[in-house]
Amino acid sequence: MNIVVCVKQVPDTWAEKKLSPDDKTVDRVGVDGVMNELDEYAVEEALRIKEALSAQGGGGEVTVLTMGPDKSVETIRKALSMGADKAVHLVDPALHGSDALATSYALSKALGTIEHDLVILGVESTDARMSVLPAMLAERLGASQLTFARKVEVGTGTVKIERQTDSGYDVVEAPIPAVVSVVEKINEPRYPSFKGIMAAKKKPLTTLTLADAGIEADNVGFAGSGTEVTDFAARPPKQAGQIVKDEGDGGSKLADFLAQQKFI
Amino acid sequence: MVVDRELPSDEARELLALTRQLASEELAPRAAEFEERGECPRELFRTIGRAGLLGLAYPEEHGGGGQPYEVYLQVLEELAIGWAAVALGVSVHTLTCHPIAQFGTDEQKRRWLPDMLGGELLGAYCLSEAQAGSDAGSLAARARRDGDAYVLDGTKAWVTHGGVADYYDIFCRTSEDARRGISLVLADADTPGLLPQSPEKKMGLRASPTAQLVLEGARVDADRLIGAEGDGLRIALSALDGGRLGISAVATGVAQAALDVATAYARERQQFGQRIVDFQGVSFMLADMATGIEAARALYLSAARRRDAGKPYGPQASMAKVFATDNAMKVTTDAVQVLGGYGYTSDFPVERYMREVKVMQIFEGTNQIQRMVIGRSLAAG
Repeated sequence: MNIVVCVKQVPDTWAEKKLSPDDKTVDRVGVDGVMNELDEYAVEEALRIKEALSAQGGGGEVTVLTMGPDKSVETIRKALSMGADKAVHLVDPALHGSDALATSYALSKALGTIEHDLVILGVESTDARMSVLPAMLAERLGASQLTFARKVEVGTGTVKIERQTDSGYDVVEAPIPAVVSVVEKINEPRYPSFKGIMAAKKKPLTTLTLADAGIEADNVGFAGSGTEVTDFAARPPKQAGQIVKDEGDGGSKLADFLAQQKFI
Repeated sequence: MVVDRELPSDEARELLALTRQLASEELAPRAAEFEERGECPRELFRTIGRAGLLGLAYPEEHGGGGQPYEVYLQVLEELAIGWAAVALGVSVHTLTCHPIAQFGTDEQKRRWLPDMLGGELLGAYCLSEAQAGSDAGSLAARARRDGDAYVLDGTKAWVTHGGVADYYDIFCRTSEDARRGISLVLADADTPGLLPQSPEKKMGLRASPTAQLVLEGARVDADRLIGAEGDGLRIALSALDGGRLGISAVATGVAQAALDVATAYARERQQFGQRIVDFQGVSFMLADMATGIEAARALYLSAARRRDAGKPYGPQASMAKVFATDNAMKVTTDAVQVLGGYGYTSDFPVERYMREVKVMQIFEGTNQIQRMVIGRSLAAG
């Protein structure tokens, strides 16, 4: 079974995220980039599936796919050092400004160049938090859509997941090829090993431009995006909290407050 | 504060970045509680073992990381910034691999070394005895040849990882010969007659178990003898210098952690309307602490580079051990002083650091023994 994991480099989770005033996109240059945290779980799950299948004598490879500027290669390296076999980097200045819809188109074209049965990715990225890409990607690929997976089981020609819901989980099964998005409950991502870091440097990395992937320039970037950021403002500073003095009635004051906020 | 290090290669830089991540995410958050409970974080050793940190200083052909001591020691220092007991454990484990890597036959290396370096196993090194500490050559535990095995009897003492180790390097007496009376065997932990006792109750480093190992007719296959019969003391002595550098690096890491806490506190704490770091009395203390740490690091790295270049480095290793551990004792004591009353409580880690480094002036050769080694090298001219 061949698995592709889509990963994204995002600004460091703890860093202050900024939008560039010029084109209103996330500033990815001036901050430390890290692999989107949920994508680490996706990489881990892909590796576990591959390891389990290979223990039963099955074959297949895990390929990492990312779309992003040159710097994103750091995130590719990280996935390779965790144990992925090879990587594809879709990088082209014309992709800058792509929204979720345009990104799903570009990724689907890049996926067309990689043999795969399963695509795994995190349910959302920490910079955009749209959580729509897995569904769009499945639609573009004509593949089964299995989202919010907290457990994945690969059968013969099918994939079964436990789909996380607010109240519990649903069991969903669908035929391969499939796109699976994962939540953090699914596993505990491994640390890369020192040997993995060394080996990552020698693993195959293919770079694709728009032309290489057969992507039409009109469908990506600002021009190809259906949404537009028209304006943005800095988050207002935190308001001072309300201090409740306990004069023997602290408990009921707190309860009133929670009721007012509709928490209880 | 991230220590800005001089490293010889890109791979070393990436290794140190991985180590820092492990130290800050896996080690530091657990240290205080495990130390309080006196619990060995055995699973954590597997985590860092899988990352490749338990075999760094050994050749890649046997599954090691192929790193020079210059890099390996800085990994130890970074681990110690997170948690001294784990860094010490890595240093001790590395020491346990030395005899077989240096003196083992090809067959022995092929059979045992990959597992020892692979990260899943943890080793223990049994040289000292109750009556044989600094004077290791006077050890009394016996190994008697019986057919195709040695039968071990006696009691080893101060065994780091005693009771949790997967294998033991055991030095025993095989004859009364003053120079060639000691031999080394490598015994599996599940060997019948190998009886680790309850851990000692210690002042610090309580997450690193130290125990006696009672040998009661333990039969160890003769092909587990490392080197020739009688080579034991020579093997033990050859491992000492590397171990001393390991402790130098660990002590430097704990000192660095103490400085980091003290500096952060002094920049935060206000008295008389200003930060205490702006009082010269405090600032000079921090300056001396930082200077001592920088000097300790430079000294152990200078000795390590001699080792990596194949030069003799025994006196230099002793100098690094004396200086780094005495300095760590002073730095951690001063860190408690900077934090004042708060430093004396277990709400802050500095009192623990102070307790942890005390023993580093004692083990791997007391600092008095180190000075003797340095003095003798001067006397010999």
